[in-house]
Amino acid sequence: MWSLSKIASSIHEWLSSTFNPTITQVIEMVIAGVSIIGLFAVLGLVLVLMERRVAAWIQIRLGPNRVGPLGLLQSMADTVKLLVKEGLTPNGADKFLFNLAPFIAMIVAMLLMAPIAFAKDFQLWDLNIGVLYVSAVSSIMVISILMAGWSSNNKYSLMGAMRSGAQIVSYELSAGLAILSIVVLTGSLQVSTIIQSQADGWWIFKGHIPAIVSFVIFMIAVTAETNRAPFDLAEAESELTAGFHTEYSGMKFALFFLSEYVNVFIVCAIGATIFLGGWMPFHIGHWESFNHIMDYIPSSIWFFGKTFMLIFLIMWFRWTFPRLRIDQLLNLEWKYLLPISMLNLLIMTAIAILGWHF
Amino acid sequence: MFLKDYIKDIYGAIKSLLVGLNRTGYYFTHHKEIITEQYPDNRATLVMAERFKGEVVMPHDANNEHRCTGCTACELACPNGTIKVVTKFEVNAEGKKKKAIDKLVYHLELCTMCNLCVVACPSDAIKMAPTFEHSVYDRSLLTKILNNPGSKIMEGVE
Repeated sequence: MWSLSKIASSIHEWLSSTFNPTITQVIEMVIAGVSIIGLFAVLGLVLVLMERRVAAWIQIRLGPNRVGPLGLLQSMADTVKLLVKEGLTPNGADKFLFNLAPFIAMIVAMLLMAPIAFAKDFQLWDLNIGVLYVSAVSSIMVISILMAGWSSNNKYSLMGAMRSGAQIVSYELSAGLAILSIVVLTGSLQVSTIIQSQADGWWIFKGHIPAIVSFVIFMIAVTAETNRAPFDLAEAESELTAGFHTEYSGMKFALFFLSEYVNVFIVCAIGATIFLGGWMPFHIGHWESFNHIMDYIPSSIWFFGKTFMLIFLIMWFRWTFPRLRIDQLLNLEWKYLLPISMLNLLIMTAIAILGWHF
Repeated sequence: MFLKDYIKDIYGAIKSLLVGLNRTGYYFTHHKEIITEQYPDNRATLVMAERFKGEVVMPHDANNEHRCTGCTACELACPNGTIKVVTKFEVNAEGKKKKAIDKLVYHLELCTMCNLCVVACPSDAIKMAPTFEHSVYDRSLLTKILNNPGSKIMEGVE
């Protein structure tokens, strides 16, 4: 049957039979890098269009429908516009940091792609601390936002960056604790082991109510971490024009824009991996024939299906809820999410020790 | 006591968020009632709202008669000098002089569609029309004379 891992291994075999090991390694790294960049471009185009469609449908509008059939080329047209636009650097800005910030945002998004399992046996780097790596690297994101806000020499940018700093630092905690409650069950930080442990059922079903609670907390925390509404205080169009990227234009703005969507994809992929079983097909107990049908669907489709379902959830949040004030935001984290997720972790540990989970 | 309030808070918050999600989810899945007007395409069937304020017009009846007495209430009411009433004196059948309008000049380019002139008018001579395609290539075309040429005041309007 067709699968991504078979394509990857056949390319590897062909390369290693044609070239010596060093050149094979180099060529494979280039292929991986190019495919990640290609994935970024495709994700940007698809997610921007999806966001605009979801927004339009929720607000009883039609959404983009002029460029191309059904408006499918709208995001392509936007990209061309952004490419042609002048990338302005303000006079009072710290030029080096100002131009560096969007690339840091992009590099962070690219680093986060490494431990994600896109399909069965199809992963760039299955390191043994995969989940820890993701939560560690994703905090570098805040540096690019602070850098952009500080170097713009604009009070709106600075304010947005500071808010973003406070926000990401606090919400990392509950995202980490929510992930930890599943790590307690699997006993491993490695992404492939976490997925393997869900072969007989996803953790959100196997972990009883605490798993559902930690899933909800995880979704709230990652919405905050990716600076999306209702937690988009860093941008806050109505108060801060555009927050940290007020002064950015052209392709540099596009990089921030793209990194936002790629980050949404990554956090949803992590959520799908940890709570919904990654590429694992949906199985119900002893319904053998049903399970066989589910096995027939390729694992990559399972992974992307789950991820896009979570992305839709986050978009649904964005177009439903009003933005929080900064004090409400911090109240929500420190007074509600953090105590609840700590208690939840405690219960989860008890369940893991007593072996109550399926 | 504190814990009870805390849990109540969480319950209320989750409930209200779910109500919101339910509403938007309903709109997302019931993609029928669309409020988007695809304007240049549906120009023939476009229905403007009753209360839409596009420009000031003076309705005339079939005999080319209007209801304006030339009292200049609209000119006084206008906050930015959009309306200028030019009056003249007419001699009626009994040989009495009577005030009437010569021209009611309306500067669309200055108008903010605030509706104060229509409210101020004692004889309902002017009203707001729902037209909105006002763009022209020459600014002087936006200065309009609201009464038709040769029109006169309706019988019985004082």
